[in-house]
Amino acid sequence: MASIVGAIADLRQLDLMANGNTGLHRLDARAKVLATLAFILAVVSVNKYELAALFPFFLYPAVIMALGDLPVRHIAKKVAVVLPFALMVGIFNPIFDQTVLVRLGALAISGGWLSFASILVRATLTVGAALILVAVTGFPAICQALDQLGLPRIFTVQLLFLYRYLFVLGEEGSRMARARELRAFGGKGLGLRSYGAMISHLLLRTWLRAERIHLAMLARGFSGKFHPRRTTRFGGRDFLFLAGWSGLFLFFRLVNVSRLLGTIVTGAPR
Amino acid sequence: MHMADALLSPAVGGTMWAVSAGAIVACSRKLRQEMDAGKAPLMGVLGAFIFAAMMINFTIPATGSSGHLGGGLLLAVLLGPAAAFITIASVLVVQALFFADGGLLALGCNIFNLGFFPAFLAYPFIYKPLAGKAPSKTRIAVAAMLAAIIGLQLGAFSVVLETVASGISSLPFATFVSLMQPIHLAIGVVEGLVTGAVISFVYQARPEIIQSVQEARPLGATPLRNVLAAFLGMALLTGGLVSWFASENPDGLEWAIAKVTGGEELAVTKDGLHARLAALQETVAFLPDYTFKKAEQQPESGAGRESSLGTSVAGVVGGLMTLAIAFLSGIFLRKQGRAA
Repeated sequence: MASIVGAIADLRQLDLMANGNTGLHRLDARAKVLATLAFILAVVSVNKYELAALFPFFLYPAVIMALGDLPVRHIAKKVAVVLPFALMVGIFNPIFDQTVLVRLGALAISGGWLSFASILVRATLTVGAALILVAVTGFPAICQALDQLGLPRIFTVQLLFLYRYLFVLGEEGSRMARARELRAFGGKGLGLRSYGAMISHLLLRTWLRAERIHLAMLARGFSGKFHPRRTTRFGGRDFLFLAGWSGLFLFFRLVNVSRLLGTIVTGAPR
Repeated sequence: MHMADALLSPAVGGTMWAVSAGAIVACSRKLRQEMDAGKAPLMGVLGAFIFAAMMINFTIPATGSSGHLGGGLLLAVLLGPAAAFITIASVLVVQALFFADGGLLALGCNIFNLGFFPAFLAYPFIYKPLAGKAPSKTRIAVAAMLAAIIGLQLGAFSVVLETVASGISSLPFATFVSLMQPIHLAIGVVEGLVTGAVISFVYQARPEIIQSVQEARPLGATPLRNVLAAFLGMALLTGGLVSWFASENPDGLEWAIAKVTGGEELAVTKDGLHARLAALQETVAFLPDYTFKKAEQQPESGAGRESSLGTSVAGVVGGLMTLAIAFLSGIFLRKQGRAA
């Protein structure tokens, strides 16, 4: 999260994708949330040396991105931004874990490299799945699904509030930051002293804003609940979606499809 | 210090999920009891504020690097522990979904590491007693510094524990700890400075904001004990359940067991549930613990090597084909969608 302007632009873009109206977008949010969780659990539970077993899971993001009409490049870019963190921790694996696990002719591959690659693939899959979930569902619908799945109302209302004011405060913050940068000549005045005062002012203004918002909400009869724009029922299609994907993930998890395919093609023993 | 899903095992992730969910439920219940309805929009807007503050940087002199606010401790000082915990959790959910900052399975860990320690330990037990009822500027600065440092050290240590217990990363415990703690000492100092500066400022401008939290019914023995008991109960319950169902390969547990008992694995009773689980484990994870290591141990017996080579080639070929199929089906579906 480098620049505040970029972050807000990112938020907007995901929000726009969620406004799509494909069959996937119209599914009940609960089905998509649960399917995503099943996907992540399945991916994460694959043994760390079993690199090839992870590959079939790419089917899910590929299909969802296609059916949901999501811009592949944009999502890929967002995933690529986060990968360095996985890389940083994963890079220690080849150093500490040097037992040779696979031999390809003269090439010996250590367990560390296998698990390193596995970490990168895992990161791609799990991060991608989370982004795709937002892009085909939208945050308000996810919050509603969490509410329906039994999370405390206070928490889901908090999530919605946060999301609503993220844009407002993000923009306010970015204006303040830009003003400070423009006045900071040669890097002077970008230190803690001015930062502390600036953030504090933003905080005080935020506080007053919250009081006004609260009064306005009370005046309009807020009773601790948000009313969603689109209400959906958990119907047959949703059940089919959830059951179908979960079943497939379980299958991928139990059967190493890559290995199976390779054995069939090369005719190798087992 | 946001953890990613890639380094987490399902057992650890699931356990921490349950723990954090339990804490959220406990905090929500507490908030509902004492609601102060004005807190709902306040929490939401302050969460958004933390976001904005996190993304604005300041330069740290003589290092060429920059720092920013983390916000956990500040929220605790402004809102009190329960409301702060909920707010931090909501910020982390948005970060995970929109910025891929920490994964969805890792959410439980992240909420615990970044929320529990500042809200339920650093604030009530370090900041509050040190700052006192009518704090001076120095008292606020010292209290915020110590609370921020200790909160972050605990959080970083728990990141290490969770990562090592997951066993995906091969980083040894000692190395990881000696990497994480000093880094988070520096981060804690920055966090302490910023938090102290902001609290002092707010205290001068609108003292009633901070006083109202300080004087609110103190975090007595009962609520905290309830929260801790809920944590512990959930952890034990789900730790047991989740590790049964979700972790066919508890590498971290194996590691811990090896450390504790000095042996590879506990002696397994060959009957009942355990045996059935073991059988399940063998079908599910037929690859790594057995095939590879065996092939490695007997490198000179020709047959063993050949078959291991064969399976490796099969793995590579099959893997590439699977990848190709996955991507091609995506492209195909997209074309279809366009044509229709």
